[in-house]
Amino acid sequence: MDRFYVLLMGFLSVVLVNNFVFTKFLGTCPYLGVSGRIDSAFGMGLAVTFVTALSGTLTWLVDYYILTQLGLEMTRYICYIVIIAGAVQLVEMYVRKFFPSLYDAFGIFLPLISTNCVILGVCLFINIWGIDNLLEVVVLSTGTGIGFAVAICIMAGIREELIMADVPAGFQGAPITLIAAGILTLAFMGFAGMIK
Amino acid sequence: MAMAQSNELQTGVYKRALLAGLWEQNPTFRLLIGMCPPLAVTTAVKPALTMGLSVIFVLVCSNFVTSLMRNLLKPHLRIIMFTLNIATFVTICDLYLRAYLPRMSEILGAYVPLIIVNCIIIFRCEACASKCGLIVSVLDAIGMGLGFTIALCILATIRELLATGCIFDLRVMPRGFVPWLAMQMPVGAFVTLGLLLGLASVLTRKKRS
Repeated sequence: MDRFYVLLMGFLSVVLVNNFVFTKFLGTCPYLGVSGRIDSAFGMGLAVTFVTALSGTLTWLVDYYILTQLGLEMTRYICYIVIIAGAVQLVEMYVRKFFPSLYDAFGIFLPLISTNCVILGVCLFINIWGIDNLLEVVVLSTGTGIGFAVAICIMAGIREELIMADVPAGFQGAPITLIAAGILTLAFMGFAGMIK
Repeated sequence: MAMAQSNELQTGVYKRALLAGLWEQNPTFRLLIGMCPPLAVTTAVKPALTMGLSVIFVLVCSNFVTSLMRNLLKPHLRIIMFTLNIATFVTICDLYLRAYLPRMSEILGAYVPLIIVNCIIIFRCEACASKCGLIVSVLDAIGMGLGFTIALCILATIRELLATGCIFDLRVMPRGFVPWLAMQMPVGAFVTLGLLLGLASVLTRKKRS
């Protein structure tokens, strides 16, 4: 029960309280670029969740069982980036072969996300937090992906409304989106301090 | 005569490569790429400056190497080559910061390794260094890096000044100044950058009309 409680708190923490987009600014590029419409935002969020879960776990396994054992921490970043690129490629091939409809939904986002900061961010932060338990790693990396999906979907909803708004000429597009994002982070700060 | 003319043309190309990043194609204000560091490390000027210099180092080195190997690149393998190349230089940069500026390395934390996935660098490798010669690539990297650093510093100056009343840890504001704590929080980052982008687009509009 205690174990379950820790996992649940960790999950809620990365989805709401320490959401990567709102508190660490990771994944801001797609957050501003792709969040034009809800369905494409949802596709992006789904693809990112998929890949973060996979690559967060894989990099942790490689780091814990290979790099640390052999004393090769110096090559950590290079290994991480190769694993992420490989995972993205693998997911793309697998989904194309077995779930063609899902592949159409992901569309162009799958190859794009190998340079998404959220994914490398998860791998790095799991390393910084010093987690040494596979189950926790899986839960945290999946949770981070879900947190990103939540953030980008909320933003897409706001932007669909913003099209209708009468914004001063110079502030149309990116500036007003950033300001709206700022106000949104203010709302999410209400969760701050609830969980460490 | 033809020689002199081609020399002049060459200098023009170099100058354009160097100056493009400063304003016309400024990565932060005009192209809106690599938006994580401008939001994340700009709570104070010092970390922002360190970040900017790190990005300049990585950008120049990776553009240099990419430009050298541009004729050997296979189209389907080029992105992974760029990334590996960038990751190597980021590792060098991270180890250097950890050894000589441990305090800065602690503040910047995961944002130094995150330079690997910063879109600016891979974008310049793809758009410039894999097509142009050595000198143009390096000049372009310096220009882009400087443009990025200047943008970071502008943002950091505003945020640090309003959040603490100091710049570079030197007191600037009068004694009665009440610090705006919100500027240090994520909301300060987003709103300040939004207002600056708005200002930039208003200015360019005015120039054009």
